Amino acid sequence: MANISGKYAIVGVAETRVGKRPEASTHSLHLEVIKACLDDAGLKAADIDGFITNQPLNDAHRSYAVRMANMARMAPNFATDLALGGATPIAMVQHAVMAIESGMANTVMCVHARKRGTPDPTPGHPIRHGDEHWEEPWGHFSAVANHAFAAQRHMYEFGTTSEDLAHVAVATRKHACLNNNATMRKPMTIADHQASRFICEPLRLFDCALESDGGGAVIVTSAERARDFPKRPVAILGMGQHHPHFSLMDAPTLTTLGGNKSSELAYKMAGLGPKDMNFAEIYDCFTITTMITLEDYGFCKKGEGKDFVKNGRIEVGGELPVNTHGGLLSQAHIEGMLHVTEAAKQLRGNEVEPERQVKNAKAGIVSGHGGSLCMHATLILGAL
Amino acid sequence: MSDSKDERGRAVRQVRPFLEELEAKPFWANLREHKLTAQRCKACGKFFTFPPQGSCPHCLSSDYDWIAVSGKGKVYSFVTYHRAWHPAYQDKTPYNVSLIDLDEGPRLISNVVGCKHDEVKIGMPVEIVYDDREEYTLPQFRPVE
Repeated sequence: MANISGKYAIVGVAETRVGKRPEASTHSLHLEVIKACLDDAGLKAADIDGFITNQPLNDAHRSYAVRMANMARMAPNFATDLALGGATPIAMVQHAVMAIESGMANTVMCVHARKRGTPDPTPGHPIRHGDEHWEEPWGHFSAVANHAFAAQRHMYEFGTTSEDLAHVAVATRKHACLNNNATMRKPMTIADHQASRFICEPLRLFDCALESDGGGAVIVTSAERARDFPKRPVAILGMGQHHPHFSLMDAPTLTTLGGNKSSELAYKMAGLGPKDMNFAEIYDCFTITTMITLEDYGFCKKGEGKDFVKNGRIEVGGELPVNTHGGLLSQAHIEGMLHVTEAAKQLRGNEVEPERQVKNAKAGIVSGHGGSLCMHATLILGAL
Repeated sequence: MSDSKDERGRAVRQVRPFLEELEAKPFWANLREHKLTAQRCKACGKFFTFPPQGSCPHCLSSDYDWIAVSGKGKVYSFVTYHRAWHPAYQDKTPYNVSLIDLDEGPRLISNVVGCKHDEVKIGMPVEIVYDDREEYTLPQFRPVE
């Protein structure tokens, strides 16, 4: 297959206000960000001929892409919902590229909005992941616990401590404090993290992502057409996915995850490596996820994440700014959609608060991670 | 426990195993007789992983037996729940959930019981305990003396 690195670009980027949005529903958050994204790209709904959503966690929302496209009066030639958990927003961009490359669509919108910060007034029932009856009888329920299993192994294999994980939370919070659209804007210290209660030991409250309301969207088209759009386009340079297991009972390891292979594929497509990345937006459902992914992506050796995240290295101005928006930990948890929009905004330049703009940002990597540490997707974006 | 409600008063699902699951029925039936069993492929001789499935994850053969295993294993990883996600566990925190690697290979999500949650360690040898409930028997593990 011909290398498609740089052949496609992001030409529209939008986010809603995040946090607690009691006045909004899942549907209304989608519509809000659809409009904002069309406005950003200078397009009308009828210009969108491909439309991708994330399968919502509510079974009233089956065939969600077609439902939302219809509410916005689009009649796309390509539509689908994807369901790769927190890897979905990146996978949406990848499917947009595939749809355009195949000739099925020209201008594809990828949208994800989530209503978890306040009760969702839309009727429906939560979707199961499928293995609950192999977990719940022993009292195992949550994503926190799945990641606590990984943290426990990382601690055992490499001597990582809870205080090491605190450095991830503190650096991420620093960026949120600089973001006007972040939920948590009170500075955090290592001591604050260490004083926060255990949720599922060894993970504490401040190791965990927020539950949020909000949404994000991007529009993908060919790099050739991208020059005609009002905002500076962002090139899609590399893409990868890797899904090494499904159940935790079948995971070959809990300390090297799908990101290892997924990033290798993305680097190969882009013809770039970790040293070429000016920043990284790393899916951070928990602090341990950031640390493992930084290792898997080759920014440091396996087991050295605990040293890499210290001394300002992952802060804006440091060697590799990570989660420049405040991440799922401190900005908002929209399942990684805002990691994609943030990376695009960093590469456009002049779109984020100057204090958290990465200087001379030419290329950045974005990770998505989902399920019981089983799904992973990677995107490398570049300035055009 | 049939009418469990969450903190918002909504009915929540029960936390019992699904005893009639086609691929898992023998697992639960054997446990009722205090036998821990796992699927082993008759074509390649390897043990399946859990949850049970209709064909071998190694060679995809659907010819397999349920084999009694030793019930001994080691803790691969463990966590301590300090928060309950379900009303049935509200008064049980803090409690342990562990990944147990059976000596024969397959891994189970289970609990280490019979010691304090902060005494559990990775690599700790454990053996099975059969916890007989009204409708099913739950496999749990305790430290080997």
